Amino acid sequence: MRLELTVNGKAVAREVAPQTLLLDFVRDELGLTGAKRSCEVQVCGTCTLLVDGQPVSSCCYLAADAAGRDVLTIEGLQEQPGFERLERAFLDHAALQCGFCTPAMLLTVSALLRDGELTDEERIKQSLAGNICRCTGYRGIVEAVADLAGVHA
Amino acid sequence: MTTLSRPRTVAPQVGRSAPRRDGAEKVRGQAEFAGDIVVPHMLHGKVLRSPLPHARLVSVDARAAESMPGVVCVLTGADMTGRDPYWGHAIRDRPIVAIDRVRFAGEPVAAVAAEDEATALAALEAIAVEYEELPVVADVEAALAPDAPRLHEGPLRPGLFHGLGELEPLDGNVCYRFRMDRGEIEAVLAHADLVVEGEYTFPAVYQYAMETHTVVAHAVGDQITVWASCQHPFLVRAELAALFDVPLANVRVIVPFLGGGFGSKSYTKMEPITVALARKAGKPVRIQNRVSESMVTTRRHGMRCRMRTAMTAEGKLLGRDVECWFDTGAYADNGPRVTATGADAAPGPYRWEAYRVNAACVYTNTAPSGSYRAFGATHLQWIGESQIDELARRAGLDPLEVRRANLCVPGDELRAGGKPLDADLVGDVERAAAAIGWGEPKEPNVGRGVSVGLLAAGAHPVSTAVVRVEADGRVVVLVGTTEVGQGARTALAQIAAEEVGVPVELVTVRGADTRFTPYDRSTGASRSTTLAGLAVQRAAAQVREQLEQIADGEEIEPDAIPGLIAKRFGLAGGELIGHGEVAPQGTGSYAEGPVFWEVCVGAAEVEVDPDLGTVRVRKTATIADVGKAINPLLVERQDEGGTMQGLGNALFEEMVYDDGLLLNDTLLDYRVPSFEDLPDEMTCIVVENGDGPGPYGAKGCGEGSLAAVTAAVVNALADAGVPMNELPLTPERVWRRIRQLEEEGTWPK
Repeated sequence: MRLELTVNGKAVAREVAPQTLLLDFVRDELGLTGAKRSCEVQVCGTCTLLVDGQPVSSCCYLAADAAGRDVLTIEGLQEQPGFERLERAFLDHAALQCGFCTPAMLLTVSALLRDGELTDEERIKQSLAGNICRCTGYRGIVEAVADLAGVHA
Repeated sequence: MTTLSRPRTVAPQVGRSAPRRDGAEKVRGQAEFAGDIVVPHMLHGKVLRSPLPHARLVSVDARAAESMPGVVCVLTGADMTGRDPYWGHAIRDRPIVAIDRVRFAGEPVAAVAAEDEATALAALEAIAVEYEELPVVADVEAALAPDAPRLHEGPLRPGLFHGLGELEPLDGNVCYRFRMDRGEIEAVLAHADLVVEGEYTFPAVYQYAMETHTVVAHAVGDQITVWASCQHPFLVRAELAALFDVPLANVRVIVPFLGGGFGSKSYTKMEPITVALARKAGKPVRIQNRVSESMVTTRRHGMRCRMRTAMTAEGKLLGRDVECWFDTGAYADNGPRVTATGADAAPGPYRWEAYRVNAACVYTNTAPSGSYRAFGATHLQWIGESQIDELARRAGLDPLEVRRANLCVPGDELRAGGKPLDADLVGDVERAAAAIGWGEPKEPNVGRGVSVGLLAAGAHPVSTAVVRVEADGRVVVLVGTTEVGQGARTALAQIAAEEVGVPVELVTVRGADTRFTPYDRSTGASRSTTLAGLAVQRAAAQVREQLEQIADGEEIEPDAIPGLIAKRFGLAGGELIGHGEVAPQGTGSYAEGPVFWEVCVGAAEVEVDPDLGTVRVRKTATIADVGKAINPLLVERQDEGGTMQGLGNALFEEMVYDDGLLLNDTLLDYRVPSFEDLPDEMTCIVVENGDGPGPYGAKGCGEGSLAAVTAAVVNALADAGVPMNELPLTPERVWRRIRQLEEEGTWPK
């Protein structure tokens, strides 16, 4: 089938098999490898992409369902204004270790910040619970995100 | 302890929380992992895994699969001819693919290489396998029964990196034993005022590195190139060279960034089957595990333990007797080392009159078990430390006081002929206890616990490094250490920067590539900062000396370095090269070790809900007793990561097996800690006594917190009134225990 969508602000059109997953589409078709595959059951969140601004697990999301929509990956996010602030916070707080989950974490955080969801530390923990990080113990990420959201952690 | 005597024109680079050198590329999704590697003409490999835990392979018919369009080849046991197909770094007990028998559900029976992943998956379905079921040895108890079926016929053949002395002959299903003895334990136990005893169960646990095991292999003629998510590239290289009978230098192992490891990617894992498949295909092949496959590739050992500990009525610890059985699954993997390290940790760092430890490593029909962060210590510390607390309760003493009175002090011998204690444990446990408010009043259902332990760390002390100062004044460190998230590339860059006398921003640490990076034994056992760090320090000091010779008394500003190199070589080219080496003082044997004792000290405060059985962790404190923190913030973050894994291990992580079948093989059923499991307070205290063997008095960290927190949570729950002898502390187990205590009349406390 023919798939037309916007990825990182650019129009993209490709022939794809109907069962193609969005994660495979961006990684294998478009070479955007910042999104990673891990659990495949929507628990870990490391495949998170934004579709029309909302976080989705791209390992369980058909590329076909993104037709006509706007997909944002980490490669696009880093071109947007304000990204350096996100980056700075994660680096200053050492909020990453292996880095496998980090791009997805940033995409999720950027959507939550935009929507004003992160009003206190409890909300930060609740809202990010769909993104697993096995390395950091979360403390550094909470501190970085609290910093970004301007709340006390 | 090394101190710097030379004047420096730049601020100290060691001891500051420099941002990660790999931070920007990771945040931006540019860091390359094995699954991001695409090699021209690369095929996709998929593994057919046994659905049965124990069976004879009657036949494997791959003809239909091989004739499918897009399928290049199928590797089966029939290909295992012409050379010895068995591998295993400790015991060479494991075929590349099953030959005549499968010994665990998940064991590779065949592998397909195809032009795309979907075709490879479809081809797996077309392989016809006939099994004849054999009786299942489901657990340690079944394996030790006198009439138990034997999983391996023996004789045991040591692997290249067995490293534990001469192997005893296979004894039924016991592949390895480790014993330690001091004094007359039976006499001590017979005459003690107080003796506690119990039987304990520790679960099998999945490391869950988020990046699953991933290997790309290309094998042409006698050349093998592998891009692998492996922690120990040089050991993988050696095993592949032996297995495929080629010279070491013909095997090139390239390790990109690792998406977590925690031990799951230590030693050899999916590399042999991927190389064998690539050789047969004649093209590069990638095999990337799914989570359900990585879970049966390696895991943490489940364990059973029987322990007795004796004390006088006044609180003097006397003796401890330990028997434990590690379930290593169908193949040894790192079981022997885990067993020895567990035995080492079993007595705990107390001034015993006598102890006896008998540890066994046992084959069962479950997935192979290997390394997971703080192995051995995590298995035993919670048991030993819960017995200390139980003795304190019976004697009416403060558990902290009992530790203060009995803990070993620096210089004390821990095991005969081995490394004496190199840490201030009394100071450490006092700090941890203070951090959670030890001694302050408690609400009902709230408990506090501390725990103290040691972990034999450092593995085998062999590391080499090369430091290059390029013509533009930039410094490149070549070292075989792998960046698994721990921050090795940052800490090693700081050490090189300090020695050369440049800001860390000018230093780049490259990833491991066995063709170019010099030998480093492994990345694990908290050894990298200490041992690779020492090699880097020595290599960097060598180039500093060269720079000083060229400068001939002039001060060396970083921006003057290109000029100095031009002065040396007569034009704007050339480079300075330094070499650093770390080798064992003696033979490097286990008995002489360890390189250092990693401190496992922590404290926790928990609250139990008696109606629901849930345990909420309110506070944790851990001690990073690191000698010298090269990067203090990264040290804290390591401890926090270990703390969270410890909470998972203590509270809910468990691979549930039923008669050899793993029931919870997805993250829906196997729960790992999330943001919502963060304790209200999580404190990491960095202790710097300069007492480590590494650069600037540093020693490793990052594992101890896992063992410490697991034990501290168990003790805190017991302090709240619920002593437990089985992990994890699931609500159901805790609830049932409270009902039992009610019946016994000991609840509420």
